[in-house]
Amino acid sequence: MTDTTAHGHTSSTGISNVKLGMWTFLGSECLLFGGLISTYMLYRGRVTGGPRPSQIFDIPFTSVSSFVLLMSSLTMVLAVSAAHKGEDRKTNLWLTVTALLGATFVGGQVYEFTAFYNEGLGFSTSLFGSSFYTLTGFHGVHVTVGIIMLMSLVGIFKRSEVPGKKAEVVEMIGLYWHFVDIVWIIIFTLVYLIPV
Amino acid sequence: MAIIEREIEVMAPMVATPTSTYGVLKRPVAATGWRAWVFTVDHKKLGLMYGVTAMFFFIVGGVEALLIRLQLAAPNGKVLNADLYNQMFTMHATTMVFLFVMPMAAGFANYFIPLQIGARDVAFPRMNALGFWMFLFGGIFINLSWFIGGAADGGWFMYAPNSGPVFSPTHGIDFWAFGLQITGIASLTGAINLIVTVLNMRAPGMTLMKMPIFTWMMTVVQFLLLFAVPVITVALFLLSFQRNFGARFFDVAAGADPLLWQHLFWIFGHPEVYILVLPSFGIVSEVLPVFSRKPLFGYPFVVFSGAAIGFVGWGVWAHHMFASGLGPVSVAVFSLTTMAIAVPTGVKIINWILTMWGGKLVFSTAMKFSIGLIVLFTVGGLSGVTHSVAPSDTQQTDTYYIVAHFHYVLFGGGVLGIFSGLYYWWPKMFGKMLNERLGNWNFWLMVIGMNLTFGPMHILGLQGQPRRMYQFTEARSGEGLFNFAFWNLVASIGSFVLTIGILLFLINVVITARNPTKSPLDPWNSRSLEWMTSNPPKEHNFDVIPTVHHLDEFFHRKYEEDPATHTMRQIATAEEIMAEQERNADAHIHMPSPSYWPIVLAFGLPVITFGMIFSHLIAVFGAVIVFFAAFGWALEPSTAPASDFETNNSAPSTALDTVGKS
Amino acid sequence: MTSETTHIATSAEHSENHGMSDAGYIRIAAILAAITALEVSTVYVDFGPLFLPALLIMMVVKFIMVVSYFMHLKFDNKLFSLMFYAGLVLAVGVYAAFLATFKFFIQ
Repeated sequence: MTDTTAHGHTSSTGISNVKLGMWTFLGSECLLFGGLISTYMLYRGRVTGGPRPSQIFDIPFTSVSSFVLLMSSLTMVLAVSAAHKGEDRKTNLWLTVTALLGATFVGGQVYEFTAFYNEGLGFSTSLFGSSFYTLTGFHGVHVTVGIIMLMSLVGIFKRSEVPGKKAEVVEMIGLYWHFVDIVWIIIFTLVYLIPV
Repeated sequence: MAIIEREIEVMAPMVATPTSTYGVLKRPVAATGWRAWVFTVDHKKLGLMYGVTAMFFFIVGGVEALLIRLQLAAPNGKVLNADLYNQMFTMHATTMVFLFVMPMAAGFANYFIPLQIGARDVAFPRMNALGFWMFLFGGIFINLSWFIGGAADGGWFMYAPNSGPVFSPTHGIDFWAFGLQITGIASLTGAINLIVTVLNMRAPGMTLMKMPIFTWMMTVVQFLLLFAVPVITVALFLLSFQRNFGARFFDVAAGADPLLWQHLFWIFGHPEVYILVLPSFGIVSEVLPVFSRKPLFGYPFVVFSGAAIGFVGWGVWAHHMFASGLGPVSVAVFSLTTMAIAVPTGVKIINWILTMWGGKLVFSTAMKFSIGLIVLFTVGGLSGVTHSVAPSDTQQTDTYYIVAHFHYVLFGGGVLGIFSGLYYWWPKMFGKMLNERLGNWNFWLMVIGMNLTFGPMHILGLQGQPRRMYQFTEARSGEGLFNFAFWNLVASIGSFVLTIGILLFLINVVITARNPTKSPLDPWNSRSLEWMTSNPPKEHNFDVIPTVHHLDEFFHRKYEEDPATHTMRQIATAEEIMAEQERNADAHIHMPSPSYWPIVLAFGLPVITFGMIFSHLIAVFGAVIVFFAAFGWALEPSTAPASDFETNNSAPSTALDTVGKS
Repeated sequence: MTSETTHIATSAEHSENHGMSDAGYIRIAAILAAITALEVSTVYVDFGPLFLPALLIMMVVKFIMVVSYFMHLKFDNKLFSLMFYAGLVLAVGVYAAFLATFKFFIQ
């Protein structure tokens, strides 16, 4: 996850390769999550056995964990801001806080999945179950990958110089993190708040 | 995701002991031997590796096709049983689409895009290597299923619920789905890499509208891949989850809609057909002007019609599903959009014809293949338009008429374009010209063979021969001109003519490799930047990065217009331009260093997917490989210190340090 | 993807100056939190026919705020916006058409 600009040290557009690549990747991710969300929307009401969405969703709980993820975006952007100013200790602090908030969110998701499972919604129970766990699970994996990257970054910063421009590395992971957050903004509304 | 830069100096620094390194392993440095290939990040080497691997899979897919044609050559075919026949046509299509045409195009793109835009490498060289290894391992993974219980047998579009464990209990479809997932990631990384390369790394002065047309068409293809691959990724995940973890996505008993798969598959699948054919359009648009001695007619039209095909290609997917009961509104809409997409394709054909119009045509083998493409692709395009008419399509769906159509566009379009490119760029890649006389035979046998093979399929289809019929009886084969048995025999004979044509190409390659004659520097009198390098190009491509003033920059350096007669007169030869470049060579050239991590990381993925099918413990092991490879990758410093190499503290390599001297 | 982009020479560092202060980020976060609270309230307060459009609009506003400010898209090179919004618009268009073929919107 390091960076240099083009070989000739100038690029045709004056922007960094890595950042352009990251945004290109995020554009592609829109179609990945779009497909998963559409699959859920198509199947959310199809329950031949087991609980219906409205019977098991715990809106207050999910609202809190959504809020936690939203706030992790704030701490992430503060980390990026500190990194650009060259404030290493502040960067590390905010990165750690972001990772902790992310971990709280994932922990909440694990708790939620367990609760749903105990209430009779398994992966194979119904189309709702399969598509719900697939969509939110994919998102959870993305968050987890983000946490690993954040923690690795903190660890590497403590040990040694990171290859590439430090601030840009933080910024790239930030872009990824915010993207995961905006996907949850959509999931929270479409999956949890709009009843079937 | 980095460019590992290493400054190549005339005198390598002498370092006695390695300083602390971030990577776990030392950097590999070898200019010769297998290590020079396995750990390379050089776009040209990777391009060749893509090409060779794709050629291997072309032969595999070809053998599968021959077995199919042998089975259908006569009534009551006994070559394959029904089960094996299903596997054969599924794997034939999968191999040809995902493991031959796509990687072959990726190979051309890798090799020629940096050369055509005047760059020294791609934006992310290690990611480029990763893409190749993922493609190779994914391809091997899919084909492993032949030896472990049988290959996928659901047809290349693997319709649900037929692809469920009930109807296909072997692991074939599991291998297929996971393998395509891996090659899909390869395509995605390749797409991101090449898009950034094209947008960010063009030579000074090369605006987008001065880019060579092949680069343009490949860029459109990369955008299609970028946005289409995630859709098939979703579909393949749903399928794998259903087959391996008990999800219900295509389980009709649970209320599922099997059309979900069809939609997701074809939302990917229709852009995919343009992914297959646009690279060849790009090649033809390079070859025709060179051998017509005229600039490409209406360059902006070719560019924008290519982009338009890419765009409209997203709105036509449901024409693959007219017979599935979509409802009249959907059918009408997709029928109209399908007719509309014929327009930009027609624009291209007109541009090609007008490029040749009034030109001084040179009928080299490359040119013949390009003209072959124009003619045969048009045949396939016309039968395609008949599919856009929904009532007619309802008759043709799942008959051999469809088989005829897509072989005319994919073989007549895609494959002939690829061969045109091979003949045209062979001297650039290997410094030797393919034998033109053998090439002539190669071309004619392929064209005659393909028409004999796929032409009769129009008749067979309209007579109602179903697409995946594995056997037909004597009694039902009919009589007279519309006799099933007769036309099937013709098609089978044709497939062997075609095979001889392709064998001639391989023979040509061997003969050329043994022939010591070197190719001239500019054998075809070409127009674009890739010919402004030596044959084959040096590792750093250009001694000096050219400043671009024209579309067809190389041509304009060789010729200028005589103001009196308005004809072009030669002002420099290719040799003089090269000599000029070498005199002004850059003193310090940064080239990316080789790396172990791409191949290691790529190897972890099939281990994971293998574990997903057989034992989750193996999957964990694969994940550990990927995890550590990713760390090794991320920790490789962007400028490798000289001590971080595995040599005896001497010069990093022999071939490389000539770079600074020239 | 027009040729003009070639001549836009905004570097990442340069655009940073047009970014926001930390206080600005906190303001944005506060607005996002408030919208989220409003979203959650729709479960408990009856919004009548406004329910669905209000929720969707709030979702889009939050989305765009995070993308524009936290992800800096508003201040960055237009090429980034092009790459991202191309994917987003394509995804919305294609999947909306896909759901429409299932008569999803007229249930």
